[in-house]
Amino acid sequence: MNAEITAIFRREYGRAVAVLTRFLGDISLAEEAVQEAFAVALSRWPQTGIPVSPVGWLITTARNKALDRVRREATRTEREYAAHWLIDLEEAEEHEVHDDHLRLIFTCCHPALAPEAQVALTLRLIGGLSTEEIAHAFLMQPIAMAQRICRAKAKIRDARIPYRVPEANELPARVGAVLAVVYLIFNEGYSAYSGEEVLRTELCDEAIRLGRLLATLMPHVSEVLGLLALMLLTDARRGARVRDGNLVLLSDQDRALWDDSRIEEGRTLLRICLARNTPGPYQLQAAINAVHADASSAAHTDWRQILELYDQLMAIAPSAVVALNRAVAVGEVAGIERALQLVDAIDLPKYYLQHAVRADLLRRIGRTADAASAYCQALEHCQNQKEREFLIRQCESLTR
Amino acid sequence: MKQYLLSICYPAGSSQPAPEALHQIMSDVMALRKEMQSAGVWVFSGGLCAPDSATVLRHSNGDIVLTDGPFTESKEQIGGITIVQVPDLDAALFWARKTARATTTPVEVRPFVEQSG
Repeated sequence: MNAEITAIFRREYGRAVAVLTRFLGDISLAEEAVQEAFAVALSRWPQTGIPVSPVGWLITTARNKALDRVRREATRTEREYAAHWLIDLEEAEEHEVHDDHLRLIFTCCHPALAPEAQVALTLRLIGGLSTEEIAHAFLMQPIAMAQRICRAKAKIRDARIPYRVPEANELPARVGAVLAVVYLIFNEGYSAYSGEEVLRTELCDEAIRLGRLLATLMPHVSEVLGLLALMLLTDARRGARVRDGNLVLLSDQDRALWDDSRIEEGRTLLRICLARNTPGPYQLQAAINAVHADASSAAHTDWRQILELYDQLMAIAPSAVVALNRAVAVGEVAGIERALQLVDAIDLPKYYLQHAVRADLLRRIGRTADAASAYCQALEHCQNQKEREFLIRQCESLTR
Repeated sequence: MKQYLLSICYPAGSSQPAPEALHQIMSDVMALRKEMQSAGVWVFSGGLCAPDSATVLRHSNGDIVLTDGPFTESKEQIGGITIVQVPDLDAALFWARKTARATTTPVEVRPFVEQSG
């Protein structure tokens, strides 16, 4: 029962805090009220059973808790102001809850907050993760993470970062910021920059959960669906990406281990996007992953289509990292020598994957000594233990 | 309504823009001030003389001691300030963006402490 209640709480935390924030005008007060409501639920629900609408119950109880607090501390003018609003709060309308949820997301991902603060706030307030869980996922001390979250909430309050959905003219950029935060969380989980584990699955799951939530809240924005599709199609390979504790390249993965339901869900989302014909970087990256998913084996991969998609991606969102990935596709379509020329022209000296890609291309055309030195350069800039082991194994296999 | 300080910053020791560029900046800044005034958000603005012109006063054994020169040596200096009164940070950022475009320098946006009562 307690586990079930905790799961409900985790799922509904963001919605409850979002509604309470509108009425209290302060995120911290809203959080306190929702946590008090949760404590009541933990002691009451085992006897009474779980209410029909758990979130409605949590919001109403949190409101009553906040009202109690306002009465207790009635001398404080801002709380009196809050009480004025609280009285109006009855059963929150569904569309209002929807809007509150969006308001809270846009507040958490406001560009005036540092990216790491946006990530922490989003996981805490929208994801309902505890500060300890977030600290663990980012390999930080809980106290440092608590300070980061506390500082961000203080800035929202002091600088008066507004609690609202941005207006139409700034919406695309602001949605972009929200998607960037969710994708950052996903990537942190999928290919953790440093640390022992390659996959910190809880972060991937959380990012996908956030992606689904955004898709529910903003179904008309194609890039929102594109990001969810990209995460699903990437995450579908999770089970095949590590074998006996070792990283496995896409081309060597056992495709039977790929998660068909995630692939199918990703494909369905992409079909919706395709019909709308408003391509964006996330949709194109998702499409590239869908082409990989379509191939029954690595040898059957439609590299021409992948190259076409990378050309489109370079046209709308050019970057050195995209150029590097495009070079890999060129290697498959036009030959390794051509790919090497492209890789050598890319300026990412501190990005280990540039050296790793270069090493792999050199290895495949038999330039063993050059490949070995490229692997060494890659190792210099790679901090993930599993990826380091992979590079070392690849380098050692050169001399065999 | 909330007040925000927009500080116009420039790197210490940086040279003044060429006369023509400076002329353009001055006229853009004046136009922006008028725009702020007609939008009803303008509270105050002004340019500052060089940091060398500053005098600092400090407590010392019950006395106030004067020193010649700026309070701290810093990499970024404040060349001028604008105070706007707007509903929230997004509105302040809207005017700060325009300020940064007009001055061609970095602009820091900082909220004033809420006045109670």
